[in-house]
Amino acid sequence: MSDIRVYEQGGEAGFGDYVQLLKPRVMSLVVFTALVGLLVAPVPVHPFIAFTSILFIALGGGASGALNMWWDADIDAKMRRTRGRPVPAGSVAADEALALGVGLTVISVAMLALSANFVAAGLLAFTIFFYVVIYTIWLKRTTPQNIVIGGAAGAFPPMIGWACATGGISIESVLMFALIFMWTPPHFWSLALFMKDDYSNAGVPMLTVTHGRKATRRHILVYTILLAPVALGAGFTSIGGPVYLASSVVLNAIFLKGARDIWRRDEAQAEADKYAVEKRVFRFSLLYLFLHFGALLAEAVLHAYGLGAW
Amino acid sequence: MSFTPEHELHKRRLGRNIGLGLSLLAFVVIVFGMTIVKVSREPHPTAAKPAVTAPAQGTQP
Repeated sequence: MSDIRVYEQGGEAGFGDYVQLLKPRVMSLVVFTALVGLLVAPVPVHPFIAFTSILFIALGGGASGALNMWWDADIDAKMRRTRGRPVPAGSVAADEALALGVGLTVISVAMLALSANFVAAGLLAFTIFFYVVIYTIWLKRTTPQNIVIGGAAGAFPPMIGWACATGGISIESVLMFALIFMWTPPHFWSLALFMKDDYSNAGVPMLTVTHGRKATRRHILVYTILLAPVALGAGFTSIGGPVYLASSVVLNAIFLKGARDIWRRDEAQAEADKYAVEKRVFRFSLLYLFLHFGALLAEAVLHAYGLGAW
Repeated sequence: MSFTPEHELHKRRLGRNIGLGLSLLAFVVIVFGMTIVKVSREPHPTAAKPAVTAPAQGTQP
């Protein structure tokens, strides 16, 4: 007589599922902004050290993504946008996500300290702590200002990149931080306006749920107005120049017009055209950030050839 | 009677193992590369020390 064993065959994770835990799309933004922060710094970095430093910053960002998915698995399962993530989809167990997140946190921080310096490693460790503990565990579910606070975590990468090169913090790196920090609320709130059911179903206190959609539209306008001087201000520092400033003026004018359009609309108008303006502003906000950092990179290239600087 | 061991599950496991193997290999290459760059750029701490000077006269017991 022989035994027949039946194994549970569903839910076995592939390598790609673990990669998905690291939020590769968010990671691409982290890589880009950290790389710009590193390249615009006045201290040259050996190309291999620059490569490894960016890699470990990205890995640290991935670690915080995995820890976020571990903690938020319950609300991710309720939202259309996130229910396909590995933990709610059942392909990766929550404790595996936790183990991967903790493991990658230790590796990325230690390796960044060896690759670059302790300031950069300390900033990376603080970023992961801030995103996971302060934002994900504490404030995301308790305050409608969660997006504003969470934006700080996403704003650190260029500062870490700068610290990799210089070993410190300066007005330039603070302004790059502030640019992403101020950009995050209008970016996410415009998304929240047209993904309205998702956040309310999950019980996340998004501004749209707690203060209403009219207040959210007003907040988008206010934050976009506050963003403009920060973005323009960076143009007058050592990392700026005429190319950056001209780009920034145009980009902020378009973003401000979009924010004003959102503010002037009501729900009936938005429903009528299926949130066309909100979707347009959301897409443009991605381009806004990408082009600002692209312009900073362009200035760094021009500086290298003795052009562009003030 | 022959069994076919290849199942979608096995393919996934193989992919995971190959992925992990390549990640570890990449990690080794990165650590090796970092070591080479650091060692070739930064002088060894003992090499940076000033030469030992002869003790001043009259200080010997």
